[in-house]
Amino acid sequence: MKSSRRRFLKIAGISALGIGAKPVLDVMASSSETAAPKTTRGENALRAKRWGMVIDTRKLQSEEDLEPMIEICDKIHNVPKFENKNHEIKWLWEEEFKHVFPMQEPDFLNDRLKHMSFLTLCNHCEKAPCVRVCPTKATFKREDGIVLMDFHRCIGCRFCMAACPYGSRSFNFRDPRPFIKETNPDFPTRTKGVVEKCNFCAERLAVGEIPACVEVSNGALTFGDLDDPESEVTRVLRNNYTIRRKPALGTGPSVFYIV
Amino acid sequence: MPNNKKMYDKGKVVAGLCIFVVLITFPFWFNLGKAAPVPEPKLSDKAKAAKECVMPKAYMKAEHMQILNEWRDTVVRDAKRIYTNPSGKKFNMSLSNTCLDCHVEKAEFCDKCHNYASVTPYCWDCHIDPKEAK
Repeated sequence: MKSSRRRFLKIAGISALGIGAKPVLDVMASSSETAAPKTTRGENALRAKRWGMVIDTRKLQSEEDLEPMIEICDKIHNVPKFENKNHEIKWLWEEEFKHVFPMQEPDFLNDRLKHMSFLTLCNHCEKAPCVRVCPTKATFKREDGIVLMDFHRCIGCRFCMAACPYGSRSFNFRDPRPFIKETNPDFPTRTKGVVEKCNFCAERLAVGEIPACVEVSNGALTFGDLDDPESEVTRVLRNNYTIRRKPALGTGPSVFYIV
Repeated sequence: MPNNKKMYDKGKVVAGLCIFVVLITFPFWFNLGKAAPVPEPKLSDKAKAAKECVMPKAYMKAEHMQILNEWRDTVVRDAKRIYTNPSGKKFNMSLSNTCLDCHVEKAEFCDKCHNYASVTPYCWDCHIDPKEAK
């Protein structure tokens, strides 16, 4: 008699557990069935471990050679043109040797280089000081090596401008909109109070296009994956002597110059 | 025993109180029955033809700001620009180029409710209303 009551209770307990478990299992099964929305990269998106660029200054002799690249960059990224030099917004711009390569000037600099305009842009440094100082992580390093800005989070403290040794960052002292000649509706403008800089055309890489300046450079600029020994950039780097801006600072620029 | 239940300047105090109460409740009775009707955002023809947005209507109504926040983070931070909704349809995650492509009239769609709810999202400080850009 005793043992049969014990058995009854055991069976009753197990069946109660079974009945209780079913709704739980149902919920778990249904939650895995309904597909959650997914976010993915575009199919054509270009990928790399570390994007880099080589600028062959031998093919960019005069300012006229640089003009189309600067123009297309300003146009597609809605970069404003300010008369006042203090308000200037620079993504891609020109600079002379002594400003591009200070401390690297030889005593007798060749005449061609002395008076030449060099193309300058954000170096997308390996150890970017701007990323380190940004208090809101608005500037961050993407896994493909691009130093990118999230304008939503920029509070305009300008620490990054103080940290960047290349002057690649500009602050919007005024609302840029009235100073944009032709607005490109595919790309946002910026607003007063944020810092901005070159983004290595991240929006174009996402749809499988190389940066606009490289596209119009007639081969003077080479863009590609520095980590891929088969890529065009690494081939150009292997075959030419290149220099980088302010190497002693240890920022590890990803932009190389053939001079 | 002195009568200390006497109120000094009774007339003035009561009249003052009445004026005070009337003034303080002025906004309530002045606006009585004049509550602004809840605006109905106007769908553009293209949005009507598409029938469904990125997510179901009720969800979009309540959660569009969360979706936009997620979109901006995944696009900027993770470089992921394609959104596949539960029914498998793909969208380019872009406020100016996807949302406003369908909801052409920003003033009739976004602003109408935002003005009513007195919210001023700063999206348009940078993002372009393609219609305004033209």
